[in-house]
Amino acid sequence: MPRTGDRPAETIPEHIVEIVSDSGEGAQKCGQTFGTVSAKMHNGVWTVEIIPAEIQPPARSPAGASGIRIRLASRVVTNMGDEADIVVAFNEQVLYSRIANGAYRKGTVVLLENKWRDDPVPEIRAQYEKAVGEFRDNGLIVHELPIETACLEITPTPRRGKNMFVLGMLCWLYDRDIDKAKEEIAITFRRKGEKVIGLNHQLFDAGYAFAGQHLDMRYSIPPQPEETIKDNRYIVTNGNTAIALGVMASGMELVSMYPITPATSASHYLADVFHESGGFVHQAEDEIAAIGFAIGASFAGKTACTITSGPGIALKTEMIALAVMAEVPLVIVDVQRGGPSTGLPTKVEQGDLLAILYGEPGDAPKVVIAAATIEECLHFTIMARRLAEAFRTPVVLLTDANLATGVQPYPRPEPQLDWLAPPIDQSDWDEDIPAFNWDPETGLSPRPIPGMNGGQYILTGLAHTNRSKVAYDSDSNQYGSNMRSRKLAALASTLKPPTVHGDDGGDLLVVGWGSTLGAIEEAVDRARADGLRVSSLQLRFLSPMEPGLKDIFQRFARVMTIEINYSDTPGDPLITDETRRYAQLALLLRTHTLMDIDCWSVVYGHPLQPGMIHNVIRERLGAAATATNTIGGHH
Amino acid sequence: MFGLKADWSLEVFERYFTIGDYAGGEARWCPGCGDHAVLSAAQRVLRDEQQKPEMSVCVSGIGCSSRMPHYLGTYGFHGLHGRALPVACGVKARRPELDVWVATGDGDCFSIGAGHWLHALRYNMDMVVMVFDNAIYGLTKAQTSPTSPLGMKTNTHPFGAIIEPHNPLTVTLGITNISFVAQVVDWNPPMLYETLKAAYRHRGTSFVRIIQRCPVYANAFIKELQDDSSRFLLLLNGTLPMDASCKRAFPEHKDHDVSDLPEAFRLAHDTSRIPLGLLYHNPEAPCYEDLSSQGVDMTPQQRINGLNRVLDKLTI
Repeated sequence: MPRTGDRPAETIPEHIVEIVSDSGEGAQKCGQTFGTVSAKMHNGVWTVEIIPAEIQPPARSPAGASGIRIRLASRVVTNMGDEADIVVAFNEQVLYSRIANGAYRKGTVVLLENKWRDDPVPEIRAQYEKAVGEFRDNGLIVHELPIETACLEITPTPRRGKNMFVLGMLCWLYDRDIDKAKEEIAITFRRKGEKVIGLNHQLFDAGYAFAGQHLDMRYSIPPQPEETIKDNRYIVTNGNTAIALGVMASGMELVSMYPITPATSASHYLADVFHESGGFVHQAEDEIAAIGFAIGASFAGKTACTITSGPGIALKTEMIALAVMAEVPLVIVDVQRGGPSTGLPTKVEQGDLLAILYGEPGDAPKVVIAAATIEECLHFTIMARRLAEAFRTPVVLLTDANLATGVQPYPRPEPQLDWLAPPIDQSDWDEDIPAFNWDPETGLSPRPIPGMNGGQYILTGLAHTNRSKVAYDSDSNQYGSNMRSRKLAALASTLKPPTVHGDDGGDLLVVGWGSTLGAIEEAVDRARADGLRVSSLQLRFLSPMEPGLKDIFQRFARVMTIEINYSDTPGDPLITDETRRYAQLALLLRTHTLMDIDCWSVVYGHPLQPGMIHNVIRERLGAAATATNTIGGHH
Repeated sequence: MFGLKADWSLEVFERYFTIGDYAGGEARWCPGCGDHAVLSAAQRVLRDEQQKPEMSVCVSGIGCSSRMPHYLGTYGFHGLHGRALPVACGVKARRPELDVWVATGDGDCFSIGAGHWLHALRYNMDMVVMVFDNAIYGLTKAQTSPTSPLGMKTNTHPFGAIIEPHNPLTVTLGITNISFVAQVVDWNPPMLYETLKAAYRHRGTSFVRIIQRCPVYANAFIKELQDDSSRFLLLLNGTLPMDASCKRAFPEHKDHDVSDLPEAFRLAHDTSRIPLGLLYHNPEAPCYEDLSSQGVDMTPQQRINGLNRVLDKLTI
């Protein structure tokens, strides 16, 4: 390979980089630091971790692929994008798993650790040689690099330092600000002392120089336009950290949880910082106790939050019904993963929607909202607490593994006093006012809180009168049900119709919900650039639904949902108009509008990518699929 | 001003509470049910301790005994089967000033809620846990419970219960950080009252197993116990005094050091003599609410400042 030295950088609008390794080689730390440096240089950035399902999978195995993808651009990035442009791989085997996921295309550049070529074990040498041949045959551009050898000049244990060497390589490759990178390294290792920081700075410098000597390409990705970044201060977090910050900003003082992937990191983060705002994380003995504890605190006037994922929701169902029945304000965050049953714990799905809406026996109306961006994870948590108290109801906030693990910069919130829960009311309660003094128009009622003299009532999950007295008579049950349902209609009456991305009418409207926002809008933009008359709409409120949907839908010749959950594929064996099972939002919208709403959904376990959606749109509108160079995958 | 007391605005009108202040709805338990006795004893403790009714919360699960909150004049939480303890702990978590009582039964606590029993007691939050143990499911009509004696005929075991019953005392005494374990019978009012009062005054989780009459579904079993006082061993100690009438009713006595956990275990294990009174007491065991209520007194501005410190670390 030619030695290029200070080769001038080619200016490009965006790139996707992956770093893939065995677990424990620091690829994620390397990628996060690279992402932060890029964000500080005012690029739009989205990073997403590649996580093996096992804690210590076998080394050099496809199943053990661990790493990170970083997408950086001269504009806001809203999703992980399509195939990677460049991948740094610490061994060749882990690349097989990424190829199976369709992560690369013909022309993707692989910067591959070459020490395996001379490995003392003959089988490893053979595996390596075979793999490199296959990669090249498939169109990957493989550069074999003596990364470990170079690291050995600085540290006797390159397995622990290689990641910062690779960071140096990437910072040369993308012409990053060296001072900012070194500052990040110092922050990362601040608890380890000057010596460790110094060693990692040395490794970084060596990697930077190494790239200059060994690589024949160099890129520059200019910052976003000034008007996009303005005077905003930015924070960089994943969606779970955003939820944790939302909990704090909402004034909630208690999160009660049980460990479950991929939700737990929200509680980890809170456990570290919650004391700063006077809060406490309770790790309960099980999912049921976790929500029971939260409900107890809410009943006592301190609206609490429980954070879980699908299997946890299943266990909490009876408690959610109790909170609905007894009108206890409560925030439930469901970071969705693949289901059913234990399913795909670390992977993404939007499969909990119907379970959340209809999982409880009997009618259990509740507020259900879905965050579409990492920033919304924060602000919707604040909104959830307010809605829960104003409407005296549990509120479920749906996010998913895509938002949970995606990391991006977004404007730093400026916490407001009125975001916090008000101090609990301990004034006297007029004994003549029933515990459920329902406004017959709205179903809303003020709530007595323990400590209020005269407000004593017995909360019950049994059917009850407005005085919370157990009542088995027909009218009480009917009226209580009416009032609980009426609250959703009251909330709906305050909502605005959703905005359409693209033209207000056309040949196709794509409807999505939750984390697919970025990928759908990017795909719609590409299809519109192709000349197709397509628009999209992302729902944030699932219960109640935002108003005006039918009016909007009627302006399009066709409406379809795109979701990450299961639906039958038309044309598959035995799948007819009668037997076809629809995606979850599609099913809801069909009943909601009585329109023939189509859907496309898959459960591959990874986030939807704009390229896939672009092709679905083209196919639905009768256009040929765009040519794809993807290697492997399911396109 | 003329004639007005200078300290008028500071005058505090003492509230005095009578039994009526702790009365809720009319109790609907069967005539002769032991639950009536527990309700009366609890109301007397609340009255004698002059506990403000609005500062008291009675949490229950599902079952006959779990109807208790409806019959009290305090706040109440009649929740889900088996789930009283997590809810009660949640009530206490951020409102440690609230007085919390739990009413649960042998099915509610030892069967469907058994997981919570093991953990909630380890938290040792300040509350009185009353297990109304009648050795039978009453509300669902005579199914075997975890404490039904071997051979007891029930609707689920019409030829007699087929496995030995659980011993709730040995299990409870084995839980880490346990701080107050007592056992009483419902048909001795002085013992019941004194035990609940000691439980109320203890700071920590006071676990009181109440052997309780179900005259409808488990009459023979209890009748046998009521008729043979030699089946019981009355424990005597300074923390929970027993009056002369108790000692007459239960003539077998033993002086018991309530800080002696191994001895408490031995007594609990000995099924030939059912121990009554306080088996174990540790007034020093740490209470979880001291941890879970951290920061309750923070001002809104302090919370905002704390969050800003956190955001500073995430800001690029």
